[in-house]
Amino acid sequence: MSSRPLSIADYPLAEKRPELVETKAGKGLDEITLDGILSGGVTLDDLRITADALRQQAEIARAAGRDTLAANFERGAELVDVPQDVLMQVYELLRPGRATSKDELSAAAKTLRDNYGAENVAAFIEEAAEVYERRALFKPRF
Amino acid sequence: MKGVTLDLVAITRRIEESAAMPENMRPHANRWRRFSDWDDRPLRLDKFAVEDAASGFSAFTSPYDPKPGVTLASGRIDSMDGVLARDFDMIDIFIARYHLDPQVAIEAMAIPSLEIARMLVDMNVPRTELVRLSRGMTPAKLAEVVSHLSSLEIAFAYGKMRARQTPGNQAHVTNAKDDPLQMAADAATAVAFGFDEIETTMRVARNAWSNAVACAVGAAVGRWGTLFQCSSEEAEELKIGMAGFTSYAETVSVYGTEKSFIDGDDTPWSKAFLAAAYASRGIKMRCTSGAGSELLMGFHDRKSLLYLEARCLCLQRAMGVQGTQNGGIDGAPVTCTVPGGMRELMAENLIAVWLDLECASGNDARATESEIRVGAKILPYLVAGSDLICSGFGSILKYDNSFNASLLNGEELEDYLVLQRDFEADGGLTPVGETEIMEVRSRAVDAISAVLEEFGLAQPTADMKQSVIAASGSDETRTFSGRDIALISETIKERAITIIDVIKALARRGFEKEAENLLNLVRLRISGDYLQTSAVVRNGRVVSAINDPNDYRGPGTGYRLSDRRREEIVSIRDVLTRAEVLRAEAIHKPAEAARVLYSAIGPAVVGGDKRDVVIGISPAFGVKLFQTVAGHPLSAVLRALFVGIAEGGCTARVVRMRHTADTSFLGLSAARLAGSGIGIGIQAKGTAVIHQRDRLPHHNLELFSNSPITKLEHYKRMGANAAAYALGEMPEPIIVPTRGEAMGSRYHARVSLIYAIETEMTSEGAAPEEIDVTFLGAPT
Repeated sequence: MSSRPLSIADYPLAEKRPELVETKAGKGLDEITLDGILSGGVTLDDLRITADALRQQAEIARAAGRDTLAANFERGAELVDVPQDVLMQVYELLRPGRATSKDELSAAAKTLRDNYGAENVAAFIEEAAEVYERRALFKPRF
Repeated sequence: MKGVTLDLVAITRRIEESAAMPENMRPHANRWRRFSDWDDRPLRLDKFAVEDAASGFSAFTSPYDPKPGVTLASGRIDSMDGVLARDFDMIDIFIARYHLDPQVAIEAMAIPSLEIARMLVDMNVPRTELVRLSRGMTPAKLAEVVSHLSSLEIAFAYGKMRARQTPGNQAHVTNAKDDPLQMAADAATAVAFGFDEIETTMRVARNAWSNAVACAVGAAVGRWGTLFQCSSEEAEELKIGMAGFTSYAETVSVYGTEKSFIDGDDTPWSKAFLAAAYASRGIKMRCTSGAGSELLMGFHDRKSLLYLEARCLCLQRAMGVQGTQNGGIDGAPVTCTVPGGMRELMAENLIAVWLDLECASGNDARATESEIRVGAKILPYLVAGSDLICSGFGSILKYDNSFNASLLNGEELEDYLVLQRDFEADGGLTPVGETEIMEVRSRAVDAISAVLEEFGLAQPTADMKQSVIAASGSDETRTFSGRDIALISETIKERAITIIDVIKALARRGFEKEAENLLNLVRLRISGDYLQTSAVVRNGRVVSAINDPNDYRGPGTGYRLSDRRREEIVSIRDVLTRAEVLRAEAIHKPAEAARVLYSAIGPAVVGGDKRDVVIGISPAFGVKLFQTVAGHPLSAVLRALFVGIAEGGCTARVVRMRHTADTSFLGLSAARLAGSGIGIGIQAKGTAVIHQRDRLPHHNLELFSNSPITKLEHYKRMGANAAAYALGEMPEPIIVPTRGEAMGSRYHARVSLIYAIETEMTSEGAAPEEIDVTFLGAPT
């Protein structure tokens, strides 16, 4: 990450700042080629967004005046390494009536915070727990 | 009960008796029959609802809507729209916490709503300033402001406020059989027509994987960059996205009342979590909301449609999604049943873009059976532009649309292309010729067949492929069985086939271009550039509200058609040219030469015989033009006039006019040369007039102005009538029956080109010329 926040002049990154764009394994955009795929050097993992890329896009969104979009990208950055099944479990738990008490959501928040460093997302889930309690959403619906 | 039975028998008998009579002779109730005509129009299939705020049927305002307002306590929102913070429901909490900026709120809420409404339509107030103020405005305030605007003002403000400058469009690509071959062909077709996004879904849920692979492969034919979505169950959709097949999602719905939200099985937090999850997978995402959804779900809280929608939109900005699919959507049909419904749909779209969200502006679910209402619905969006004008233009036929028919469908796609041309408005689509369409469809079917074969999933036969390539819709295809398709789909899922495998398969089978295109699309994920607001891919570049911001500040600014783009839009098929008209005429020249001989025999003189009727023909008649617009050879028309005149007891003489091509002057000039004082003027296109020597030029005796429907029999009777006038009789005028066809639209372009050929041959003051006409051979 650069020390100075990115601005809208750096967008699109793939065009204006290609040196900042790389895959999790450290490959540059110019290494993501058809030959690379055919030789097996490029895998599906190389075609995933990285937390860094999401934070860079958050800087650009903020520079464009879109603070809420930036916050979403930052939450997304924290979820990049969270496995699909964990992601879907947490989503399921956040749906109305799935958790029957604040504790279940708090536990999910703790897991994300402890295992993936997902501080913002964890706080967001804890906030949901408060609201769900206030709005009586811990009642099973089926 | 018995009495009722007897009545029914009597009624049935009366119905049978009246059914035996001709329609317009049947006994009627005391009713103006026009109402019966109207009953039969498609419009009457639409049902309308009375305005009834207490039942949720009110577009813009309800007595139960709150008054706009915000109070702060120690810098935090203490009340919003009349509700104290301690009484907030979960939607209020989310909006107050994440949407409202307390500092801006003090400023924005203090500005009178009418003044802000005027700022929205003031080209001197920049978009950026209005976007800033929106962050301090509550749902009730936003709704109150846009309520001040007329439909025209809403459309104007929408054009000014939408986020990305260049307009775009989205297609539905589905088919009734979930057939992967057709899916690929139709996806490639949609790409060729220029759609920026295509969305698929399926009839049978387990076919999602087959649909996804087929659409992804089809969309890789031709240019690259069309974003692709497979609308499915949330978890499944995210899995398909993870496998690399899809690039965006828009099925994340939000609602404006707490109870609707809960019945939708979500909360603002669960949906916002899902939004972050999509971002974490590098998939573009927008939410969905629209007027009428709360009404359909039974929890409208007696609020107006617009107020509830303003809540949904504030919530979406609060969640941090880049955009919204908005404008009624599934609720559009019910919204269009209330007064102001269509205006409301525009108003909610305006709030969406004012909140700086990308807007896929509805115009999808078909809200009416009336084609007039369809055209009226789409027009403001076409001229104002939108990030995605339709959030699902049915690029396929209505019956193939697995989302249900769209406002505009495969049937009407050309109408839309012509609307673009009429209004010189960029609706996001580009006309494509028949050859190119056949090429991309064949290529797509070959590509998906190769992929299916490479994976050992299926062996499409030549007959299957051919039937799909040529098919307008799935009724015409001979393809896989439903069971085959389900097996293909489940195998793709079980074997965890990914986009990498598909790219490899394409490349191995010689579809390198398509493999590259797919790779380019999935590579977008690495930088995440296309996650920003209103991002689409044009010419291999990500274009969004950041590098293509709408800077409208009045005429000469904002989006304008470039010369190149204008050329694309106006180039629809089957356009007439002068050369083409002349070429078409020349085809008839040899045949006419074998039927008639025109010999010029010197300057025309005034006849002396009282039975002399002169036929004044136009300059190009039989020289450059050889048939009427109705397709009658000019020799046959002349022969009919001759026969009619002769049967009426007079003699015909032909004079070619050189000084005029106008029917009235042809006729009057002929009449002045005729011994009887009666002349017929006739143009090559078939328009004819009976004239009399002493009349004013445009005050003729009889006129055949509808040349496209004028038959030889009419010309013969015209000749007879001319003879009758010559003999001082008063014949029954000849009526060429018309059923009110839009004659002008069918013929005017050709007629104008033909007439220009005539007028070009005139010369000022040139004398009429006597023509000896010899008919060769038998009448045609």
